[in-house]
Amino acid sequence: MVYSEKVMEHFASPHNVGEIENADGIGEVGNAKCGDIMKMYLKIDNDIVTDVKFKTFGCGAAIATSSIATDMIKGKPLSDVLSLTNKAVVEALDGLPAVKLHCSVLAEQAVKAAVADYYSKIGRTEEAEALRAQCDDCESCH
Amino acid sequence: MFSTKIYLDNAATTKVSDRVLNAMLPYLKEAYGNPSSIYTIGREASIAITNARSRCAELLGAKPAEIYFTSGGSESDNWAIRTVAAQGAANGKKHIITSAFEHHAVLHTLQDLEKQGFEVTYLPVYENGIVKAEDVKSALRPDTALVTIMYANNEIGTIQPIAEIGAICREHKVLFHTDAVQAIPHLHIDVVKENIDLLSASGHKLHAPKGVGLLYCRRGIRLTPYISGGAQERGLRAGTENVSGIVALAEAMTAASEVMDETNEKHKKYAKKIYDTVMQIPRVRFNGDWEHRIPGTVNFSFEGVEGESLLLQLDLKGIAASSGSACTSGSLDPSHVLLALGLVHEVAHGSLRISMSEYTTEEEIDELISVLPGIIEKLRAMSPLWERLTKEENK
Repeated sequence: MVYSEKVMEHFASPHNVGEIENADGIGEVGNAKCGDIMKMYLKIDNDIVTDVKFKTFGCGAAIATSSIATDMIKGKPLSDVLSLTNKAVVEALDGLPAVKLHCSVLAEQAVKAAVADYYSKIGRTEEAEALRAQCDDCESCH
Repeated sequence: MFSTKIYLDNAATTKVSDRVLNAMLPYLKEAYGNPSSIYTIGREASIAITNARSRCAELLGAKPAEIYFTSGGSESDNWAIRTVAAQGAANGKKHIITSAFEHHAVLHTLQDLEKQGFEVTYLPVYENGIVKAEDVKSALRPDTALVTIMYANNEIGTIQPIAEIGAICREHKVLFHTDAVQAIPHLHIDVVKENIDLLSASGHKLHAPKGVGLLYCRRGIRLTPYISGGAQERGLRAGTENVSGIVALAEAMTAASEVMDETNEKHKKYAKKIYDTVMQIPRVRFNGDWEHRIPGTVNFSFEGVEGESLLLQLDLKGIAASSGSACTSGSLDPSHVLLALGLVHEVAHGSLRISMSEYTTEEEIDELISVLPGIIEKLRAMSPLWERLTKEENK
């Protein structure tokens, strides 16, 4: 199994690691039993992600996908953020080994879970539920 | 690119030593004849195999006719187990006893046999990773064809009570096989004294190249032909012999036996050094048994840390080691060895195996222990699992 240089770059120096105090949305996906947990913190102003941080317990691919996903949504309006796909994450990393593709799915779901949390907090319950329903379908979250 | 400066994964494979390389080179470049040929360089190759067989036999306390050269440990395991199983089945014996943490070459072969109607008893290995000989005794049945228990575990290095198990098996007239792949480089083995009927060994764990190993099969047990097509290995395993590999294996086993005691003493000191540093890290666990262990193999679990990330961080520092995390096993489950010790998945994912060779130096160990605590801290600082664990502690 070989990681791309891009994956190794993000693994060696991940971007946006940490937490945001009083975050507007927090999403956590994965579970410890399977060896991957991603937690994403969003600061949102006028439906724009003004800041994002993450914490990840997981393999090299899990850390790299978290890192690049945060780069890809930072400064973006929620409409763009929600259209982030795991495929785009994989492409941005110049590919992932087949056994690691689930990590890119986790990254996408972590972002969606964080936005869902934001929607819940501000009372946009229906949108939150719709997002969570997508997450429940995700096999990678178990 | 990053390069490996410090190699601490010798239980995975080893470098070919200069001594072994020098011993095998003539059989690649000069005496490259087919050992079955009549002319001089064929005869020289044939003599080299005969000599290698004698040397390997002597080192194991066996007779040359009891040594069969193979492609490595996995083949030897397959051959031994399938032979005894087939002969057992012919006599109505379809029960096999093994341990829960064997190498997959043994476990997957046994799973295959289960599909063919065999019953397999998987003995517990307890928290310290050691099978109890009395468990073997109580698991024996009139229809038991084989007991197969590894000599030393590949992930945690624990040494099993092989002589005791051998004595029990001999007393009950049940054949006993041991996968000694991890033990051969580090321990003196005597198949007669320890009542071992079949034993698997591999070359690349002790500074011979990959692709050569041996199977010891006690006289009186008839091996089932494994590869048809020629008279090699007494007609049981056809194919032109891996002459240079066989010479390398014999040279490597000889070299290992010469430095073994000295190397083990050195490894004990290094392992203690690692242990003393690592155990100061909070929420860490030593896996296995400190006393009954190959001195150069140590295994720890770091809570809140995932093994593959740990390996990659070490790799960034030029250090090669191994882990039992799911990510390194290619499945969702972490190492079956660590789960057999009773570790929960979360903790098994965060394991690290350090395995040394005679070439490992104290400076290398010092370098490892100078970077390891920082790496654990870094990974924990970004781990939501660690955050959860420490919050629970503070409650």
